[in-house]
Amino acid sequence: MTHALAQILLRDLKLAMRQSSDVAVLVMFFVITVSLFPFAVGPEPGVLARIAAGVLWVTALLATMLSLDRLFQSDFDDGSLDLLVMSAPPLELIVLAKVAAHWLVAGLPLIVAAPILAVALRLPADGFLVLIAVMAIGTPTLSLIGAVGAALTLGARSSGVLISLLVLPLYIPVLIFGVAAIDAGIAGLVVRPHLLILGAMLIAALPLAPWAAATALRQALT
Amino acid sequence: MAKRFSGNELVCVRGEKTVFERLSFSVSDGDALVLRGPNASGKSSLLRVMAGLLQLESGAILWNERDITDDLHLHRASLHYVGHQNALKPLLTVTENLAFAASLRSSENGCSNALETFALANLADVPVRLLSAGQRRRLTLARLIASQSRLWLLDEPTTSLDEEAVATLQSVISSHRAEGGIVVLAAHGALTTESPSELDLRSFAPLGGAQSESAPT
Repeated sequence: MTHALAQILLRDLKLAMRQSSDVAVLVMFFVITVSLFPFAVGPEPGVLARIAAGVLWVTALLATMLSLDRLFQSDFDDGSLDLLVMSAPPLELIVLAKVAAHWLVAGLPLIVAAPILAVALRLPADGFLVLIAVMAIGTPTLSLIGAVGAALTLGARSSGVLISLLVLPLYIPVLIFGVAAIDAGIAGLVVRPHLLILGAMLIAALPLAPWAAATALRQALT
Repeated sequence: MAKRFSGNELVCVRGEKTVFERLSFSVSDGDALVLRGPNASGKSSLLRVMAGLLQLESGAILWNERDITDDLHLHRASLHYVGHQNALKPLLTVTENLAFAASLRSSENGCSNALETFALANLADVPVRLLSAGQRRRLTLARLIASQSRLWLLDEPTTSLDEEAVATLQSVISSHRAEGGIVVLAAHGALTTESPSELDLRSFAPLGGAQSESAPT
């Protein structure tokens, strides 16, 4: 069973690597959207530093959203989902394997790109470590919650728009604590509570989101 | 002698429309059941019900005299379902697609054998996006052999196959039946197999006769 799950993860990674332009587009979207803000609010370092954490997080949410539709849609369209549902491992674990693959190709690049963009936004030096830490804890939660939205909108028309309506409100807690942690780091306050809350969200989403997504997938197939 | 695979008084409802009702069937080891009926008569729905992918409104399907919904995983482990869609990834090669499907069922052996049977061995490293529709269908059917399952559920398996491939499929089905396997297939006549039981879904259309316009897929 672990073998089958590993194969699902590997297959999704292989598919992502063979259409690596998708990953590149995602990162480019992240970079370009973030770099719009200096043009919009002006290059004044004080202003940019103040909004850097928020801009990076909001943009990361949007970039994650963009990548969600391919999580289950192509498997649904070509019939592979039947194959997955009928395979040996429980559907919940299959969802978890697919979410892990999604995070590796859609979440991890954002964590790498974020600190570089933070330099451009003049994020104060104290914020960098916290930024990487909160992105590392927060983006898996985004992928998990996103999987529920992606599963629920399967087969719906204009599912891309529907996903954002469903998922973006659910991202708000991650956004609040993600930004608050970075601000606390910059202000020299205690960061730990924010990280703990983000960690708690991840731990709660880890079993709940695959369960909800698997239920939605079963519904989509009938 | 108890039947291996049977269904009793099945009623299937999709989107508030009854697809079929009071449908019963039974198949023993080595048998083939051919589903007949016009489009939208519920052949595909019945196959998906048999695969445990679709829930019944009422009635029960028995495998080894146990309701399949008692242990869906056990039931699914003993069957292989080939739907309308090929469930192939265009970016993966022929071998990768086949090996992935086999690994989902933890049966790795038989892959190369399956490719040879359906004359795909020389395409093993070609990405599926370069294959023709018939070759893709052959690859989908090659999974049957690689899956090594007892019950085969085939939904229009001959779609886009040439005569040679249809003949291959027929011999594959015969040898599967000779080994005690069961085949249930929906077909429009191109495929023949020895002494099949037939099930005409028109006899189970809901009273009032009119077939639903929204075709079940």
